[in-house]
Amino acid sequence: MNFLFVGNPKRFLKLVVVVFTALIIGLGLLVSPAQADSVGEEFDHAVLGNVKIKGEPVGGVRIVVEGPSYTAEVVTGDDGSWLIGVPTKDTYTVTLDQETLPAGIAVLEGGASQEVDLGLSDRVVKNFFIGQGERNEVSFFDQFVARLIYGINFGLMLGLASVGLSLVFGTTGLSNFAHGEMVTFGAVAALILGVVLEVPIWVAIPAAVIISAGFGWSMDAGLWKPLRKKGLGIVQLMIISIGLSLTLRYIIQFFIGGGTEQLPGFDSPKINLFGSVALSVNDLYSMGISIVAILAFAFWLLRTNTGKATRAISDNPDLAAASGIDVDKVVRIVWIVSAALAGLSGVLWAYFRPGIKWDMGTQILLLIFAAVTLGGLGTAFGALIGALVVGILVETSSLFIPSDLKYVGALVVLIGVLLFRPQGLMGRRQRVG
Amino acid sequence: MDWGTIINNTLAGLLTPTTIAFALAALGLAMHFGFAGLLNFGIAGFMAIGAYGYAISVLTFGFPWWGGMIVGIIGSILFAILLGVPTLRLRGDYLAIVTIAAAEIVRLLFLTTAFTDVTGSADGLFGYNNSGGFTSANPFPPGSYGWGPWTYNSETLWVLTFGLGVLAVCVWFLWALMRSPWGRVIKGIREDEEAIRALGKNVFAYKLQALIIGGIFGGMGGIIYAAFANVSPGVYVTSITFFIWTSLLLGGAATIWGPVIGAVIFWTLQAFLSNILPELALAGILPVSGTQAATLRFVLVGIGLMLLVIYRPQGIFGDKRELTFVK
Amino acid sequence: MSNSDSPQKSTGLHIGEAGPGCKKTDPMLIIDHVKKSFGGLTAVDVEHLEIPKNAITALIGPNGAGKTTLFNLLTGFDTPDTGEWEFLGTSLSGVPSYKVAQMGQVRTFQLTKALSLLTVLDNMKLGAKNQVGESIFRALFPRSWRKQDAEIEIKAIELLKRFKLDTKQADFAASLSGGQRKLLEMARALMTDPVLVMLDEPMAGVNPALTQSLLGHVLDLKKEGMTVLFVEHDMHMVRHIADWVVVMAEGKVVAEGPPETVMNEQAVIDAYLGAHQDTDLGVVTGRISIIDQEKDK
Repeated sequence: MNFLFVGNPKRFLKLVVVVFTALIIGLGLLVSPAQADSVGEEFDHAVLGNVKIKGEPVGGVRIVVEGPSYTAEVVTGDDGSWLIGVPTKDTYTVTLDQETLPAGIAVLEGGASQEVDLGLSDRVVKNFFIGQGERNEVSFFDQFVARLIYGINFGLMLGLASVGLSLVFGTTGLSNFAHGEMVTFGAVAALILGVVLEVPIWVAIPAAVIISAGFGWSMDAGLWKPLRKKGLGIVQLMIISIGLSLTLRYIIQFFIGGGTEQLPGFDSPKINLFGSVALSVNDLYSMGISIVAILAFAFWLLRTNTGKATRAISDNPDLAAASGIDVDKVVRIVWIVSAALAGLSGVLWAYFRPGIKWDMGTQILLLIFAAVTLGGLGTAFGALIGALVVGILVETSSLFIPSDLKYVGALVVLIGVLLFRPQGLMGRRQRVG
Repeated sequence: MDWGTIINNTLAGLLTPTTIAFALAALGLAMHFGFAGLLNFGIAGFMAIGAYGYAISVLTFGFPWWGGMIVGIIGSILFAILLGVPTLRLRGDYLAIVTIAAAEIVRLLFLTTAFTDVTGSADGLFGYNNSGGFTSANPFPPGSYGWGPWTYNSETLWVLTFGLGVLAVCVWFLWALMRSPWGRVIKGIREDEEAIRALGKNVFAYKLQALIIGGIFGGMGGIIYAAFANVSPGVYVTSITFFIWTSLLLGGAATIWGPVIGAVIFWTLQAFLSNILPELALAGILPVSGTQAATLRFVLVGIGLMLLVIYRPQGIFGDKRELTFVK
Repeated sequence: MSNSDSPQKSTGLHIGEAGPGCKKTDPMLIIDHVKKSFGGLTAVDVEHLEIPKNAITALIGPNGAGKTTLFNLLTGFDTPDTGEWEFLGTSLSGVPSYKVAQMGQVRTFQLTKALSLLTVLDNMKLGAKNQVGESIFRALFPRSWRKQDAEIEIKAIELLKRFKLDTKQADFAASLSGGQRKLLEMARALMTDPVLVMLDEPMAGVNPALTQSLLGHVLDLKKEGMTVLFVEHDMHMVRHIADWVVVMAEGKVVAEGPPETVMNEQAVIDAYLGAHQDTDLGVVTGRISIIDQEKDK
C-alpha cells in the first residue's frame, strides 16, 4: 500500500516550509549578545537565589557578592534567578543594587546587603522576596486578559509537545516519560547549531527540528520497536522510558553543563499591544510558528494516508492491522513526527523561559501529561485543546494563587481528569480501572 | 589515582544514614509495587511528608523529637489515605501519572514562598535535631567509633543505630505481614482483583492498607534522612523516586530483603562511581572534565535501570514467575 | 466421578404455567424490572425472573442475548440502570460484588481466573471465608490465625483430592493445563461454602474428556444442597443436567421451563438453533431442497 503519495501534501508542506523560514529569518535578524544570569560556574561553590516582587520574578536586577578575597556580580535572568560561583567556603555579603529594581520599589526587608555563610554545603541560597511595593494600578480585567494571552502563547507551545506524546500513546500504548527529553533535545540542537557552530538562526532552527525528527526515528528503530517485538508489557515499557529519561537528561547535562544557555535573539523587545498586554517579538513569532506547525500537522493527520492510518491505529489497532495497514511503518512515522514537533516546541520553550537548561523538558513533562490526559490520551486535537487549557490555567492561576504554585493548578487538573473523566475531553470511553 | 580514598569512600557507602533511609523507602515501595502491584511513583512525596512533618513539628510547634517523628508517620498515613481513596481503582499506568503529580504538588507546596515561615521554602529547615532533642537523646558518649572506612562520630553512630533499629522493625513487619493470610490476599490482588472480589474480599480496603503500610515505611525513610541531614525540597524530586525504583528492581521487587540489599548496592555503587569517575577524569583516562564525570554516574543509573527491566526484571533475589508486570 | 445413570431431575419447581417470569415454589433469587443499556443498546431488560433453590438452572440464548451481562448484574460486577433483585430475601441492589460473594453467592469467569502467580494450595486457601489472619492487625500475630489456617488447609486438600488436583498443590497455578485451571477455579469457589454457585460458560474451551468430569462435579453441587445457575452454549450439557432452563434473546427472557419442553417452544426455535441440530445443514441454508431429495428416491 503506497501511502506516502506525492501530490498535494508535498506542495502544502513546501508552502509551510517557506512561511516558516520567513518567520525564522525575521527572528534571526534580532541578534543580541546572550545575557548570563550566572557567573563563576567553574568554582565548586556558589551563592544563588531569586529576586521576586510580590511573587513575580524580576529580571535585570544587579546582585553583587563580596567575600574576603573575591568579588563578583551578576544580573538576574527573566525568571528572576541568579547564581555566582565562589571559590571558597566563607562568609559572603550579598548586595542587591536597588537602583536596578523597577521604579517605585525601594525598601527591602532586612536591608539590601545581607550575609550568607557557606557552612557545610556547597551552595547557599539568598532570596530577595520583596513584599510591598507600589500598589498595582492595573485592573483585574486587564491583568486577566494579559494572562489569557500569555497562557495561549504557552499553551500553543505546549500543544506542539503534547500531540506527539498523545499519538505515541494512541498507537503504541506507551506512556513515554522520556518525552520531555525530546523537547530539550530540540533546544540543545538549536543551541549547538546556532551558538556553537554559529549557523544563522533561521537555518539552525529548521535543522534542529530535522535532527529531532531523526532522533525520534532512532528511538523507535533502536529501542521501542525491538522491545515491542520482544513482547514487553506496557508497565515494563513505561519503566524503561523512565530509565531512558534519566539517561538522556544526564547525557544532556554532560554536554551542556548545569547552567542556563541562551539562544541568539532571546532578549527581544516587548511590544505593548493593548491594555496591559505586552508581548515580545519572540512571543509573536512563537505563536505564529506554533499555529503554522499545528495547521501543517492537522493537514497531515486529516488528509494524508499516513495520518489517517495513524488515527485508525489509535482507534483500533487490531482492526487497522487487519485491514492491511503496516502498523510498524506508521508507528515509525508517528515517532518521527512526534519528535519533530517536540523538538520545535523545545526551541520555542527555550525562547519562552528564556534559556536552555538540561532539565527544561522535565520541567514541563507533567504539564504535557496534564494536557494530553485532559484532551484525551491518544487523541491529537484533544491534546492541543488540553494544552491550551493547561497553558491558560497555569498563567491565569497566578492571579489567584502565589505564582510559584502555578503549576499546581495544572497538576490538580491532571489528577482530577483521571479521577472523574479519564477519557478526557475527546477520548474514547475505555476501562481505566 | 587515589585508590585508597576511592575504596574507603565506597566501603563507607555501605552503611550510611542515606543508605538506610533509601532502604526504608525501597521497602515501602516493595509493599506498594512488589507485593500489592500498585504503581506508586510518588514515593518521594511520602518521604517529604515524613521529613517535613518531623522538622516542622519540632521547629514550629515545639514537639520533642519522638513526637515529631510520630507526626511524620501520621502525615504519611493521611497522605496515603488522601491519595488512595480516589485513585486506587485506576489502571496501572494512570496510577503512576497520578502519583507523580501528587508528589510534585507536595514538593511545590513545600517549596513555595507562601509558607516560607513554616517550611523555609527553598532554604529548607535545619536545626531541629538539636531543638527537638534527637541529638541529646544520643546514648553514645562523644568520640570516634568503628574502624577503617566505617569510622563514625557519636552523632552519626546514633543516627545509624536508630536507623538500623527502625529498618529492622520494618523488615520484620513486612515479612510477618506477607507470610500471613493478609499477605496472600495482597498477592492475589496484585494479579487479578476481580477474582479476589469474587471470593468475597474487600479489595479496596486491602489496597488502601498496603498503601498506608508502604507509606509509613517511606515516611520513616524521610525521617531518618532528616535526622541526619537537613530538610530541603530539592531532595524530594522525582529523580529520587526513580532511584528508589531502581534500588527496588535491582534487589527484587517482590522480596523482603531485595529492597534493602538493592538500596545498599545502589548507594555503594553511587559512592564508588562518584569517587572513581572524577579521579579517572583528573588522571586523564576519561577524556571528560571533573563535573562531567560526576554527571556520568547518573547516566549509568538510567542505563542500568533500562537494562534491568529489559533483561532481569526480577532483580537479584526475585522470582520471575512471581512478577505481574512482566508479560 | 462419572455419572453413568441419568441425573435425578428436580420437578415441581414452578407454580402455575411454565413461562417467562413464572413464579417458583422456593425461589433463591428474585429479579424485578432489571434494565441495563450501553449507549443506545439495551443489553438486559428482564421483567421478572426467579431462580429455584437446590436445582440446576441453565441460562441459554444466542450470542449477545445479555446472559453474561445479567450475570454481572446479579453478582455485583456491574450496576443496572434500574431494577431490584433479592437473594434469599435480602435486596442486592447497590451491594458491591465482594459483599455479594460474602452472602453466599460465588461466581466463576468465562476466562478462568486461576491466579497463576500463586501456588494451587494458596489459590484454594484464598477461597475460605472469615479468615482471622486476613485482618491486618491480627495478621502480625500468627498465634491468632495458625489454627484456623491449618483447618483451612485440610479442607483445601480434601477438595483438591476430590478434583484430582492434590498432587499439584505446591505447583504454581501457571503450570496447570487449561482444563485443570477450570477445575481449580471450581474447587476454589467451593471453599467459600456457597449456597448459590454461578458458572459462566464452564464448558468453554474444555475438551470432551474433561466435560464428563466437570458435569459430574456440577451435579455433586446439587447433591450437597447448593443451587447452581450456569450460562452455556452446549445444548447436550443443558439437556443432560439442567432441571430448569431460562432462554434469553435480545436482553429479554423469552422462555422458561424444563429442558425437554423449552427446546420445542417456537420462541426458542425462532431465537436460536437447537431444533435444526438434527437437520442437514444443506437444508437449513436452502441449498438442497428436501423435496428434491425425496423426488429423486
